[in-house]
Amino acid sequence: MEFEAIIGLEIHVQLKTCSKMFCGCANVTGRAPNTVVCPVCLGYPGALPVMNAEAVRLTVQAGLLLNCRINLFSKWDRKNYFYPDQAKNYQISQYDQPLCLGGSVGISVDGTEREVRLTRIHLEEDVAKNIHFESSSGVDFNRAGTPLMEIVTEPDLHSADEAYAFLQALKQILAYGEISDCNLEEGNVRCDINCSVRPVGQRELGVKTEIKNMNSFKGVHRALSYEIERQKRVLSGGGTIVQETRRWDDVAGMTQSMRSKEYAHDYRYFPEPDLVPVELTEAQVESWGATLPELPAARRRRFVEAYGLPDYDAGVLVAEKRIADFYEEVAQACGNYKAASNWVMGETMRALSEANMEVDASPLRAEALAGLIQLVDQKTLNMPAAKEVFQVLFTEGGEPKAIVEARGLAQVSDSGELEGFVEQVLEAHPQSVEAYRGGKANAIQHLMGQVMRLSRGKANPQVVLDLLRSRLDG
Amino acid sequence: MASGFSEHADQIDVGYVAHLARLQLSEEERAAMQAQLEQILAYVDQLKEVDVSDVTPTAHAVPVANVLRPDEARPGLDTADVMRNAPRQRDDQFLVPKIVE
Repeated sequence: MEFEAIIGLEIHVQLKTCSKMFCGCANVTGRAPNTVVCPVCLGYPGALPVMNAEAVRLTVQAGLLLNCRINLFSKWDRKNYFYPDQAKNYQISQYDQPLCLGGSVGISVDGTEREVRLTRIHLEEDVAKNIHFESSSGVDFNRAGTPLMEIVTEPDLHSADEAYAFLQALKQILAYGEISDCNLEEGNVRCDINCSVRPVGQRELGVKTEIKNMNSFKGVHRALSYEIERQKRVLSGGGTIVQETRRWDDVAGMTQSMRSKEYAHDYRYFPEPDLVPVELTEAQVESWGATLPELPAARRRRFVEAYGLPDYDAGVLVAEKRIADFYEEVAQACGNYKAASNWVMGETMRALSEANMEVDASPLRAEALAGLIQLVDQKTLNMPAAKEVFQVLFTEGGEPKAIVEARGLAQVSDSGELEGFVEQVLEAHPQSVEAYRGGKANAIQHLMGQVMRLSRGKANPQVVLDLLRSRLDG
Repeated sequence: MASGFSEHADQIDVGYVAHLARLQLSEEERAAMQAQLEQILAYVDQLKEVDVSDVTPTAHAVPVANVLRPDEARPGLDTADVMRNAPRQRDDQFLVPKIVE
């Protein structure tokens, strides 16, 4: 029997604000436990929350970027549950009047483009982090209260590949929109999966399972690949799927049933009495829409027009905002736009991918790469030497000129110095000389290589070529 | 409408509501709560007699919206103060019974 998978995602995205959602604690990660907390985010009785204006603006801007309808009236609700990731026994969220409704994200899988519909986007507070010890668990409230946007999709996805493409596309838009840093290692983006399968042609949906708290897109892909096959296997074998929450075990590479929680989904939402509603005006939404940052498609066009890049280069460079930002810095600092594109798309992206590193985490600075490109343009460096300098800039940082001097890499363009090498090579390789004069133009490459070797890679290839030609042709 | 309550006040499921609130009730307490909660709901039910067809529903008791603060960070509490009343702690974290997922 042929089956099809029906997948919906709930994506939690931490917003890029200075302070938390309902209090003035800093919105930062990586601090020692319980050092960025106050009575509000610790959930002390009587402490009153006050909305962060910037979080509202960012969520509305995200809604505009994702083609949502902006709800001019929205309000806050309490989601009640007992779990040691918050101390109030409720999470402040939005239940029936979220900030954004509908929306869509375009994806492209195997050359087919289509729209994935969104249900809604609401704003809520993130919860505390639990750290598990042998016989107890610890609670760190630093994360509690971080502005958290929840994006809910319609059940529009049908494969692990589509879910992956969707998450990549969403991340690209939100990073470009400067809504979130979208740093997965920092836990900025987390995802819950709803997945069911049904025989092709059947109208009603199959029983779904939920996989919670995925913190990597690769993990989502692997978990879905596994879960879809598992459900197909169960159904093909005449079994039934149990509606339950499953956990993805990344090491074992499988989903496992979690202890089923009775009444797990009765959150008894009710309006939050401590917070008044958000009322927006059309004019306000419009003005926020007018200040939206440039999106990838527009930036790609601009790269072609302003820097004269081939469309292919522009597409590669804009795929990730941080790379595109880095390229622009390099291009503007060195003035050679195409060379900057070659260095960023080539050496830089290769080195980043090998080191599995983000561009802003590497010691390589844009102005250093620009300086390197200028040294090549000024013929101070030839390509092999420039690549050597790049390796140093990438692994240790520093100034290209200083590295060139310290390593004696400066290109030798002085024909007086190079003539000696040329003389030696011509004497040592009479066969190549003869072959060249006999009409084998390629033989000159061999002679050039020998001169480069004698100069320990520092000779200016153009000068060498000119010298060889004048001696051989003359 | 929360699922602990049905359309009619006399069908409130006290056991279910108690479980959601993590309350352990004896049989006597449950019977007492059953009667009391039904009385309360019946009392509140009187509101249904008021004609509200011309009244716009509100999300809040006061007609105020958009109480917002600028996005500025300020220092919070000192960690030593935060942990002072913790019944159990380790490495500046509050300790709770092991969470089994």
